[in-house]
Amino acid sequence: MPTDVAVRAEALVKTFGSTRALDGIDLEIPTGTVLGLLGPNGAGKTTAVRILTTLLRPDSGRAWVAGYDVLAEPNKVRESIGLSGQYAAVDENLTGFENLYMVGRLYGMNKPDARKRADELITRFRLTDAAGRPAKTYSGGMRRRLDLAGALVAEPQVVLLDEPTTGLDPRGRLDTWEVIGELVSDGATVLLTTQYLEEADQLANTILVIDHGRVIASGSADELKSEVGGEKLEIVVADEADLDAAVRVLAEVGAGEPTTDRHSRRVQVVVDGGPKSLIEALRRLDVEGVTVLDVGLHRPTLDDVFLSLTGHVTEDSQ
Amino acid sequence: MTVLAQGLRDGGIVTWRNLLNVRRSADWLFAAVIQPIMFVLLFAYVFGGALGGTQYREFLIAGIFVQTISFNSAFTVIGLCNDLQKGIIDRFRSLPMSRLAVLMGRTVSDLVVSSIALVIMSLCGLLVGWRIRGSFLDAVLAYLLLLLFGFAMSWIGALIGLSAPSVEVAQSAGLMWLFPLSFISSAFVGAGTMPGPLRAIAEWNPFTAVIQSVRDLFGNEAPLGMAPSPGWPADNAVLYALLSSLVILAVFVPLSVAKYRKVASK
Repeated sequence: MPTDVAVRAEALVKTFGSTRALDGIDLEIPTGTVLGLLGPNGAGKTTAVRILTTLLRPDSGRAWVAGYDVLAEPNKVRESIGLSGQYAAVDENLTGFENLYMVGRLYGMNKPDARKRADELITRFRLTDAAGRPAKTYSGGMRRRLDLAGALVAEPQVVLLDEPTTGLDPRGRLDTWEVIGELVSDGATVLLTTQYLEEADQLANTILVIDHGRVIASGSADELKSEVGGEKLEIVVADEADLDAAVRVLAEVGAGEPTTDRHSRRVQVVVDGGPKSLIEALRRLDVEGVTVLDVGLHRPTLDDVFLSLTGHVTEDSQ
Repeated sequence: MTVLAQGLRDGGIVTWRNLLNVRRSADWLFAAVIQPIMFVLLFAYVFGGALGGTQYREFLIAGIFVQTISFNSAFTVIGLCNDLQKGIIDRFRSLPMSRLAVLMGRTVSDLVVSSIALVIMSLCGLLVGWRIRGSFLDAVLAYLLLLLFGFAMSWIGALIGLSAPSVEVAQSAGLMWLFPLSFISSAFVGAGTMPGPLRAIAEWNPFTAVIQSVRDLFGNEAPLGMAPSPGWPADNAVLYALLSSLVILAVFVPLSVAKYRKVASK
């Protein structure tokens, strides 16, 4: 395996009973980049992470992390990775400091080094005020940060984050994004799984979309979005009589055919100018004398990607 | 580092972590302090009056020691199941640490809890009239035997904890099997008072062996009608207690470690 590839998997297959959780996944993460594994619940994201972190053995296929075969040299792999699982794995009765100190010791550090590293991470993850409090007093966002810090104790070459923002409020999510951003600028190779296209867009260089254990698309966020058709502008007019005028305006501003829902007096169109298109549309509607009740610009979601790639929405939202 | 040295080092770290948990959570205080006091006082006075007064209380203490020590294995069950459900075992398994350390740390920290419980029970025992009548060395041997047996029971608990689908199941499964084992023994009444098949089970129950050894070593005599039934297990109680503890360890340590390697959390 070339040294500029930090993680590589070939034809990973894993079945649980009659479910094929992974059905031949290939992936490759160049050193120092971020791969986003995007898919709905049950797509196989967590299974892939568990195999790459030596927690689970694949039925077939091979994988290497940081140059080591996950099956043949699991301990070497463990020395090179940091994992933050789907649920913040912090010990609630231990303080933030003690949690990190323990992880440091278990990576083989001596006491002074483990203490020093725990202090550094506490500062870096803005937990200084809470460092001496048991983790059960932490907010969801703080727990997540502590868990992420735990994954970074040994300055691992490869960091694997399984749905790092699931269950967080918007503030916690932004916090976590910031931390992951810093991680990447420090040169770590990151694999992260997510259900949110927006998150993958923010953080990942390359995105793999997976469904039923298979890769169904890959590329940069922009490539995926253009496949989906970019952002959608949506307006709701006050008077049904204005609908035709609204459709005319959106057809001029948008990048495709507008769709109309007469019942809710709603018109949608794909746009490629983002907020500019929105302002332009509102200006023209104003000129036409159309009263707008509601207006919004919607970024494509995982559902939109799914709809355009597979013709069906994710099973969660069915 | 050799496998064993790393196991001991990492096991020590996990033990430290578990003991911090013990200190900071009320459940464990209950296990180590309140439950033992309650057991001694309840059994001593509820049964004591009817079954032979002071002499029965002295007889009873060994049974309560063994029962409490073995019930503490439920904390290994619940502790491991909790760690599993919360993803903490996943984190441990993704670290370059010994595969033995998490289980070792758990069973050793429970051994510490059991030691505290033993001290408290002994003090309570002295209050209700129990005495150590044998030699100092014999008493030390009795305590060591109790701890060894408790340690062995914790390893059975480890396998249950890693196999339980939820903490709720772990909670009841962790205790359920201990009730028949501790009651069908000479813990509370002599095995000789039980009907045929129960008597045979009680006579060969390792609980009885440990209890009988402890009574012998402490020099606590049985009240009238509760003397150990004659036979190999009673005549060789210490040897049998030691052997059963070692056999339990020899079976359940490898089984638990194998389970730990494969265990998948939800």
